[in-house]
Amino acid sequence: MKVAPFCERNESGEAFLDLTFFLQQMINGVALGSLYGLIAIGYTMVYGIIRLINFAHGDVMMMGCYFAYFGILMFSLPWWVAFPVAMLLTAALGMLIDKGAYVPVRNAPRISALITAIGVSFLLENLGLVVFGGRPKGFETPAMFNEVYELAGLRFPALVLWTPLLTLAILGIILLIIYRTKTGRAMRCISNDMETTKLMGVDVNRIISITFAVGSAAAAAGGIMWAMRYPEINPLMGIIPGFKAFVAAVLGGIGNITGAMLGGLLLGIAEILLVALMPELAGYRDAVAFGLLILILLFRPTGLMGTKLPD
Amino acid sequence: MKMKHLLVAFIVLGLAIAMPVPIFSQVKSDTIKIGAFLPMTGGVAAYGQGTWQGIQAARDMKPTIFGKKVELFLADDKSDKIEAANAVTRLIEKEKVVAIIGSSISGNTMAGAPIAEKAGVPIISPTATNPLVTQGKKYIFRVCFIDPFQGEMAAKYAYETLKKRKAALIIDKAQDYCVGLADFFEKSFTKLGGQIVAKTYCQTGDKDFTAQLSAIKAKNPDVLYMPNYYTEVALAMKQAKDLGLNLPVLSGDGAQDKALIDIGKQYVEGLMLTGHFEKEAASTPLAKQFIPLYEKKYGKVGTFDVMGADAYFVLTDAIERAKSTDGAKIRAALANTKNFKGVSGTITIGEDGNAIKSLVIVQVRGGDFRYVATVEPAGAKPEPKK
Repeated sequence: MKVAPFCERNESGEAFLDLTFFLQQMINGVALGSLYGLIAIGYTMVYGIIRLINFAHGDVMMMGCYFAYFGILMFSLPWWVAFPVAMLLTAALGMLIDKGAYVPVRNAPRISALITAIGVSFLLENLGLVVFGGRPKGFETPAMFNEVYELAGLRFPALVLWTPLLTLAILGIILLIIYRTKTGRAMRCISNDMETTKLMGVDVNRIISITFAVGSAAAAAGGIMWAMRYPEINPLMGIIPGFKAFVAAVLGGIGNITGAMLGGLLLGIAEILLVALMPELAGYRDAVAFGLLILILLFRPTGLMGTKLPD
Repeated sequence: MKMKHLLVAFIVLGLAIAMPVPIFSQVKSDTIKIGAFLPMTGGVAAYGQGTWQGIQAARDMKPTIFGKKVELFLADDKSDKIEAANAVTRLIEKEKVVAIIGSSISGNTMAGAPIAEKAGVPIISPTATNPLVTQGKKYIFRVCFIDPFQGEMAAKYAYETLKKRKAALIIDKAQDYCVGLADFFEKSFTKLGGQIVAKTYCQTGDKDFTAQLSAIKAKNPDVLYMPNYYTEVALAMKQAKDLGLNLPVLSGDGAQDKALIDIGKQYVEGLMLTGHFEKEAASTPLAKQFIPLYEKKYGKVGTFDVMGADAYFVLTDAIERAKSTDGAKIRAALANTKNFKGVSGTITIGEDGNAIKSLVIVQVRGGDFRYVATVEPAGAKPEPKK
């Protein structure tokens, strides 16, 4: 195994420090990491409130991509209509999944809900295969997101700038909902003690439904950004981003929304740097992500920003 | 309790009566069962989908073998090696097929091969190009060329026709196909006098290649050889242009699917590849008959569709010559295939069960695959046609 040095010699033999190479790789890392973060936000939010690891999150994201795809292609909607519509539809889908799959097991042990989530994940994947077909589709990226800016030899694709901005915006909106609205207060109460919240006269099912709607809309936003950066969509596309977002969420402290974003960024940068510095190990980048998960669970199970979990 | 026992007794009796029926009907079968294991879902689903359409269209054209109807069985290998092995087991043990077509990619075919080899059921692969697929195997065949030829021709094309000297590689380490093809390219390119300046790796399913491409850009190559499957090639080419890496890109037969253009759009313009077939170069009588029939039903014909059809035609031709559905006799007839005028060209099954045939150089222009040149298996220098 050879570690690629930053300091290399060019053809005439003189040494030069390749700062541009390093910075470009950092940009690549932030671009990937902010996508992970964006998907992880919805993941961790649902967990934080109802303590359910929603394994179907990645597949909800996939559905969001298809909604946007069909909105643009079949109904010829402009992207600024198609994307919000896709987010709304995905939010509705999230509420539907909650009603159909999670409400019946609300009072069952937590493991039942987890297994139901895995079932929902398989259901969505296979439904996608039947309805959309296994053949991958090319996502239509609006022209403005395909622009590339150049600065001092560094290349910034427009999405690299847009994704962190959108991530921050969605983070802000979710924090605003949770900490500044009545619904948000109810959400925080449910996260503390669902039974007591019920006794206080809060319609717990409605609040959880809203939680799923917000989480799914965030997943759709993440999925659309993902599909614009990697314009290939297929019914199984949600699996790996879903797992990566889960790792990001745990890394940041599952349940902590700001932590999820940071976890995503860290994971993205770690993956890119692995491939950049140790090209021979590029095949192991997923292994690195999951290795990181194991390490975190072993040594700091509450994640970077998490507080102690109630049992 | 008594009722329960009675019920169980009835069920057992019922099963006992029902059991012999399917066994009996299998012995006296009036159809010839041909299985196919293909990636209908997963990372390389586009190959399986196209190949399956090709096989079905070919069956519509030739629905019987010595008066018996051909019955097709499809098993999805989900673009996965373990699933591929399961699919072959299912086709042989449950469906009792006499021969199998598949799979589209080398790794999956290699995963299924030992099972068929042991059962004595011939497999004929439409597009698995890695040499190891058939090596040392008695029952495994293919209707496509193999990677040493493909890699050498890509290297020659890069060195002699494009006059490039510094090549970079992106290799998918999880695919026997990519590892093999990159290796054959590297050997031929360096032998010709070229240099490999950057060698980077990825993993099937990767979507982000920016780290590899940035590393490649730092090494300043003048040609990029990327013998991966269509999704990886399309995504990597988009990211290459985003990173300002503008250079000719060469790929292998795995890139030649419509999905490449659907995903890559304007970013894959100019991509050159070594392929099995391009419509503009089709010349055999079978091609002239098959292509219009196919296109009426499924739209524009692609490479993988045609290769699926050729696997079917070669296999059914062998069964006809064998005058039997016995595995060993079909095997002998397949090994004896000489100058079969298939849709993709003339196919002769040579040593090791590999087809000896020409390849075409294809380029993406104007959002479509366009024919550039044909290279004969003798290993002549690729001559541009126009």
